[in-house]
Amino acid sequence: MGLKSNLHKLKEKYKGTKMAPAFNAIHTFLYLPNETTHSGGTHIKAADDLKRTMNTVIMAMVPCLIFGMFNAGYQHYLALGTIEASHGFLGETFWTWDNLVIGLWKVLPLLAVSYGVGLLIEFIFAVIKGHEVEEGYLVTGMLVPLIVPIDLPLWMLAVAVAFGVVIGKEVFGGTGMNILNPALTIRAFLFFAYPTWMSGDKVWVHGAVERAGTADAISGETILGSYAQNQEVLYNYADMFFGLIPGSVGETSKLLIIFGALFLIFTKVGSWRIILSTVIGALAMGLIFNGVVDAGLITASSKFYGLMDVPFWQHLIIGSILFGAVYMATDPVTAAQTNKGKWIYGFLIGFISIMIRVFNPAYPEGVFLAILLMNVFAPTIDHYVVQGNVKKRLKRVKVKTV
Amino acid sequence: MGLLSKKDIKLITDPLADNNPITIQVLGICSALAITAELKASLVMGIAVLFVMGVGNVVISLIRNIIPSKIRIIVQLIVVASLVIIVDQVLKAFAYELSKTLSVFVGLIITNCIIMGRFEAFALGNGPWRAFLDGIGNAFGYAVILLAVGFFRELLGSGTLFGIPVLGDPIEKTGLYATGYENNGFMLMPPMALIIVGLIIWVQRSRNKALIED
Repeated sequence: MGLKSNLHKLKEKYKGTKMAPAFNAIHTFLYLPNETTHSGGTHIKAADDLKRTMNTVIMAMVPCLIFGMFNAGYQHYLALGTIEASHGFLGETFWTWDNLVIGLWKVLPLLAVSYGVGLLIEFIFAVIKGHEVEEGYLVTGMLVPLIVPIDLPLWMLAVAVAFGVVIGKEVFGGTGMNILNPALTIRAFLFFAYPTWMSGDKVWVHGAVERAGTADAISGETILGSYAQNQEVLYNYADMFFGLIPGSVGETSKLLIIFGALFLIFTKVGSWRIILSTVIGALAMGLIFNGVVDAGLITASSKFYGLMDVPFWQHLIIGSILFGAVYMATDPVTAAQTNKGKWIYGFLIGFISIMIRVFNPAYPEGVFLAILLMNVFAPTIDHYVVQGNVKKRLKRVKVKTV
Repeated sequence: MGLLSKKDIKLITDPLADNNPITIQVLGICSALAITAELKASLVMGIAVLFVMGVGNVVISLIRNIIPSKIRIIVQLIVVASLVIIVDQVLKAFAYELSKTLSVFVGLIITNCIIMGRFEAFALGNGPWRAFLDGIGNAFGYAVILLAVGFFRELLGSGTLFGIPVLGDPIEKTGLYATGYENNGFMLMPPMALIIVGLIIWVQRSRNKALIED
């Protein structure tokens, strides 16, 4: 008589009451539900329900989160000048206890607020509507702390999460019905509501905001910011790839994102088509810009020169294009559903991301805007892919009948 | 029986809630999104529309029997346009700054669907008194929503109401700002107005289920 069977018993007891959805949410968080598919005609029997899928994605993000914690402390102490810059993934001054303490202190509250507010709203809606609590927020809640600046005030995050979950998801009918990725809706809300906290050179390193204007001022310009202002970039390629750079909490380490991507592809949770085509789209746009610069159409005096001149492959290791491609674009609800549609969808995300990145220095990172835009177009892409297929097959029928 | 019969009162009160031109008929949305970033602009816009609709409905109602039905839209447009020009000139003379804020949207009252809709649907078939009541009723319904949206947008977006700081000084960090509160820049953008109108519609329809369409 373990905990599991006790929980199953309790579930029967609470069935039909107002509390049932709330209870079931906690119950199946740890264990498989005790109901099995009925034997009438169902052949596929698998344990990977929505909650299992969500947990897989969360596992893929945990390394990024832990790295983000260390990086938060590392960037803080590096900017203060108390530690030497470290290079390579196993840098001496990177994986230190001091760094982790800063990270835990700053990142765990973000995580707690994100999950606390988001799940509270999910619970409220589940009780009002009388359906089960949906698991969709599990991934969103994990994504949100990874895509915001480290020093974001917690109340802003709470407001944004409430907005994102209600307007981005619940008004459409909850998990599975949303048009826009909720995590990106939250980020977009923050970006437009509190732009001073979401961009610029003060928000990416812990402590930079409160020191601004004083003698101890520290700067935490991102690489994209430096390029957009035609400034010298202080980091080498290895730093960018391993992630020892300022940026949103979890998006800096390209190495860990690639591991996460492989994990998602291997478990068949994330679509490799979307990830690959996003990368191809980004490279294509980067090549076009490089071509423009090589042809002499843009000179060094142009304000776009800095970012246009970036070698095309380098676009992948600066900014958050990889993070977006792996964890955001692959969201099965908001992405295109057809295989051909996924290629088009991903390609356009990469293509538009780099375009926004280069052409609009006011939005130093365009990935979230590009993904939101393509979220809106995903059903249209699917529609035309399906119609194209229907036409092709109709033609085949006609040939036969003739 | 006083000046207003029960039916007459209904003409005024209906558009305020259960037949609101913005939230139920979803007309006149453009101006509701564009000028509601400040409460003052919302109020002036509401008054302007109140004037145009009240007078316009009476004028159309008075001449309703002599307008050839083929050219009635043109006649209606001329009436609205004349009234809007009066409003525009008055604003320019007495409230120049505000007329700058409202800019083209005063002129666009001409194309406000609510006005043409009331002319067509009501003034052409009713006497001047009833047409007047209908006009101001709908204009009040419009103004109420404008003010509600303007209230939230100005309060949360700029921390002021009618231009008067109510939450403290955002630069000196007094009042609520001392606790770390900041203005929400998104509130000042038109998309947020649409979301607020949407939320009002949501609340209204969940309170009165009869309003929900299939």
